[in-house]
Amino acid sequence: MEKTHYNRTEDEILFNSIERTGRSFCLTLFILVAIILWAIYAYQFQYREGLGVTGLARPIFWGVYITNFVFFIGISHAGTLISAILRLAKAEWRRSITRSAEVITVLVLFFGVGNILMDLGRPDRMFNIIKYSQFRSPLLWDVSSITVYLTASSIYLYLPLIPDIALLRDRGKKRPWLYRILALGWRGTERQHRLLEKAISVMAILVIPVAVSVHTVVSFVFAMTIQPMWHSAIFGPYFVAGAIFSGIAALIVAMNVIRKVYHLEEYLRPVHFNHLGILLLVMTLLWFYFTFTEYLTTYYGGEPIHMTIFWMKLTGRFAPYFWGMVLFCFVIPLPILSFKKMRTPFGTLIASISVIIGMWLERYVIVIPTLTNPRLPNEMVRYFPTWIEWSMFAGCIAFFILLYMLFTKLFPIVSIWEVREGREKSLAEIQERIRTYLPGLGAE
Amino acid sequence: MHKWGMVIDLDRCTACQACVVACHSENNIALIGPEESAKGRTIHWIELIPYFEGEYPHIKARLIPRLCMHCEHPPCTKVCPVYATYLNEEGIVTQINYRCIGCRYCTTACPYTVKYFNWYAPKWPKEMKGSLNRDVSIRTKGVVEKCTFCHHRLLKAREKAKVEGRDLLPEDYIPACVQACPSGAMFFGDLNDPFSTVSKLSRERRAFRLMEDLGTEPKVYYLSEGV
Repeated sequence: MEKTHYNRTEDEILFNSIERTGRSFCLTLFILVAIILWAIYAYQFQYREGLGVTGLARPIFWGVYITNFVFFIGISHAGTLISAILRLAKAEWRRSITRSAEVITVLVLFFGVGNILMDLGRPDRMFNIIKYSQFRSPLLWDVSSITVYLTASSIYLYLPLIPDIALLRDRGKKRPWLYRILALGWRGTERQHRLLEKAISVMAILVIPVAVSVHTVVSFVFAMTIQPMWHSAIFGPYFVAGAIFSGIAALIVAMNVIRKVYHLEEYLRPVHFNHLGILLLVMTLLWFYFTFTEYLTTYYGGEPIHMTIFWMKLTGRFAPYFWGMVLFCFVIPLPILSFKKMRTPFGTLIASISVIIGMWLERYVIVIPTLTNPRLPNEMVRYFPTWIEWSMFAGCIAFFILLYMLFTKLFPIVSIWEVREGREKSLAEIQERIRTYLPGLGAE
Repeated sequence: MHKWGMVIDLDRCTACQACVVACHSENNIALIGPEESAKGRTIHWIELIPYFEGEYPHIKARLIPRLCMHCEHPPCTKVCPVYATYLNEEGIVTQINYRCIGCRYCTTACPYTVKYFNWYAPKWPKEMKGSLNRDVSIRTKGVVEKCTFCHHRLLKAREKAKVEGRDLLPEDYIPACVQACPSGAMFFGDLNDPFSTVSKLSRERRAFRLMEDLGTEPKVYYLSEGV
């Protein structure tokens, strides 16, 4: 242990974010709170007046709120799913990134659900969903699967956090009472470690099907209706792929910010961004494959009702959104991510921001065009989101960043014990593992 | 058991919109000002829409009254998360206003776009408030509403028949639009009764329903000589 390149005191930097608060933190906090207060003002205005203050009308009953719902639930697929897959695959480079990924999942889910609540005409009656639940409605499948997902991913975030909380408790500098409660009497004994490892791997297996089901069910909200270009069997996997796509992008952005702000260059290294960049590249291609299949099927089927929407997206009113989506989801990230030289932290950051914008546009292009052209003649209505809807969108993002910041103030954003474990045990473990894979390395 | 249905004879309809007016006053439908109307926020449980058959130059256009089709397989009731809209045993797709949470899933699922949302609280000029129909509850802001086949009239007629100690007669229950139609183009009654007018008309050669290919099985039939 003493011979290793690092020594324990070097992990000090991971405690810095918790124990020291700078001026720029307070400034950011102030700006975020201001945006949130503005959004609250906008919401109370909508609550008092009714949904008429939005840009919605008949037949475009759903707009930015539902777009954001799908978008935020999509972002949530970054954390838990990626972290679980990397853990199960025993990818050693996961150690310093899993925590920051898992936090995204748990926090962003609230805004997914929040957007549905903002969209309700009568939010005061939301408990009718429990009182009079009608399980034939895909919306209720959503409620169920998101609840399970939120619970599972919260547990999955909390379990690997316990040893780190115990570390904080033992340092006893700030909020010792809080860490004492949350550490659940962790002493780091052999038995406790064994139990924890077991619990984490059970949860890792459990959250994967849950995560996949959540976004499938989100797509079912659209796919189960008989509306043109919604009623599609490919929507489930298409939404899941898109969700993981935007999720990885969000993770890369978050890691870039953490890295810069808390000076964690030693922990979040270019190699991490390179690996995540490759994952993002795969998802870029997968996204293209799904989009291409979806649109080609519609085009070849050639049903008039579908084709109206199809052309509206490709050449009509929604062409800027559609081609914007192609540009941001495919044309920009593909070349950046294809070359190793460009898969730097900065390169992947640019690609990720582009993907996030592109995926928001994708959700928009899925939700709105279908509704603008009902089967029977209707008044020509154009949908423009109002300042209320934009304010709430800004408020959601600001609130998410705020919660994420507060998390880094309470808990280490890089899993300290897992990093240490990697340093101390993994090398021997990997050697042992490779011995079991190949002949001629001294294994029996 | 009754299965209520409607037949509209397009060859007789003059598109006078008396049905629209009758419906508005019968069902306490809010008055949406011109400003909001331009945004597409109007509410009409029955409305005349242009309907085109064929393509230019062999095009045939007409106005047809469109109301809730009261489908036998309604796409809207399936998706409601709170049972605020459902198909009752007499074939009417009902709407429970005080339970609706305003998620607008039913409005997006309906292929006929006949479900309406209250974007604001309903408003009437002061002079009109005294003449609202007391049999129909007033909706609040943020809920969905639509044609109920004047269900309150059925309830009333049934009470009356019970008091008089007799069975419900076909002429006891007629929705406001049918009652108001000056050209006698609208018929209403029990589709299960093989001898009722609507039942006979619905089996006529001229009869068709909107978008039958969707499998929604509407209970509003149209009669037309065709092209």
